[in-house]
Amino acid sequence: MKSRTLKRHFTEAFKSLGRNGWMSFASVSAVTVTLLLVGVFLVVLLNLNHLAGQIEGDVEIRAYIDRTTKQTEYADLQQKMEQIPNVNEVKFQSKEDGLKELIKSLGDEGKAFSSLKKENPLPDAYIIKTKKPQDTASVASEIEKFDHIKKVDYGQGTVERLFKVTSVARNVGIVLIVGLIFTAMFLISNTIKLTIVSRRKEIEIMKLVGATNGFIRWPFFIEGFVLGVLGAVIPILVVVFGYEFLHGSVNNQLDTVFVKLMPVYPMVLQLSALLAIIGGLIGVWGSMTSVRKFLRV
Amino acid sequence: MIEMKDVWKTYPNGVMALNGIDIYIDKGEFVYVVGPSGAGKSTFIKCMYREEKPTKGSILIQGTDLAKLRERNIPKMRRKIGVVFQDFKLLPKLTVYENVAFALEVIEESPKVIRQRVMEVLDLVRLKNKARSFPDELSGGEQQRVSIARSIVNHPPVIIADEPTGNLDPETAWEIMDIFKEINERGTTVVMATHNKDIVNSFQKRVIAIEDGRIVRDEQKGEYGYEV
Repeated sequence: MKSRTLKRHFTEAFKSLGRNGWMSFASVSAVTVTLLLVGVFLVVLLNLNHLAGQIEGDVEIRAYIDRTTKQTEYADLQQKMEQIPNVNEVKFQSKEDGLKELIKSLGDEGKAFSSLKKENPLPDAYIIKTKKPQDTASVASEIEKFDHIKKVDYGQGTVERLFKVTSVARNVGIVLIVGLIFTAMFLISNTIKLTIVSRRKEIEIMKLVGATNGFIRWPFFIEGFVLGVLGAVIPILVVVFGYEFLHGSVNNQLDTVFVKLMPVYPMVLQLSALLAIIGGLIGVWGSMTSVRKFLRV
Repeated sequence: MIEMKDVWKTYPNGVMALNGIDIYIDKGEFVYVVGPSGAGKSTFIKCMYREEKPTKGSILIQGTDLAKLRERNIPKMRRKIGVVFQDFKLLPKLTVYENVAFALEVIEESPKVIRQRVMEVLDLVRLKNKARSFPDELSGGEQQRVSIARSIVNHPPVIIADEPTGNLDPETAWEIMDIFKEINERGTTVVMATHNKDIVNSFQKRVIAIEDGRIVRDEQKGEYGYEV
């Protein structure tokens, strides 16, 4: 394409944005409203996912070892555990460390156990982390079958319920986001269609004097893109400043329950880019599908 | 130049618009297409610039078969054919000059060529002084002259006009005819569908009469032949 032609396409696109002022405004508003919803929803969803991930990340398997196990068999056992697929890390925790941790976790009341140091009732243990938290149960049952294992503990029951809740939350979130984006596409392409219908005659004449489809499409392509990206501006501002504010005021209070919101950066930047891209794509898609109909002259 | 061989057109709703048309139009000819409303005139015209595709048969324009033409080659073909409509089809938001220049812009002519050619054709249709006016500031005849200027600005070898005088009073219609005459004298082939008896009978040229999708008459220096 000649650069002169490209310049013409840009001029035409912006001219038509101005000429169809109200329709442009309507399209931008439609994009704004839907992207605002998408943006807010994504923030919520990402944070839910983040929180669930933190809770899931705390899940670990404790395999307690028989007291009768000989020192030489320990290495063998550890190796066998490491060889189970989906196992990420196997850490040895001696009974002394185990007791220290227990005392620490109980705080003041734990001091009562200090006297037990000489006759430690705890067994040695291995702490196993799986690659994916969801593999916990299957790995645990695998380990249970090994010799010298006294007991395997990973919070049976509670963990399964936790995973069920987080996976339902994630799936519902994804369905809602997809639904929202489809609604946005429908809404926006309909609005854009209206602006294009009013220019049907123009397209028809262009075709009759021998303009190629590509030539006709370009200004519409640019126009759709600009509409979409313009529509993303307000949602981006809301997400960036809104989340910054929310993060500042809520995160400290969450400290008491040992979880944190996602850090503001780079999340808001990625989200802004995503919103701009979705806006642009929806705009382009909307105007391209609408213009396609009128190209068949 | 233009050759139709056994052209048939049936619309999806079952209307049989053309039922076997054979015709040859030579370079530089002036041809009227006449016939009652609904006889197939419009379809005949539309097939020539490939707005409609024939169901059967071939339409050769300068050796290119429109019936076999690929979708993406249509624009190239349209640049060889200027089309004039009864309702002018001007863009209301562009000036006279811009409307004419539009036809050259979309085929990516250079600004220099565009300026020169547009002024040239506006001179030919005697609208140079109205270049900056908008279509709704012009009379019907003037608007039609703009649309003729647009159709000839890229020097197509063929001009196809679908009832170009249909919306104009008799006097203005003659002004338009004078322009077509002039274009034809410069060597451009003109095919014109019309209902205007006076024009056909006074400015005598080849007449093709279409009825029920067939050519029923084809005469050099013909008459309109229908009662108005």
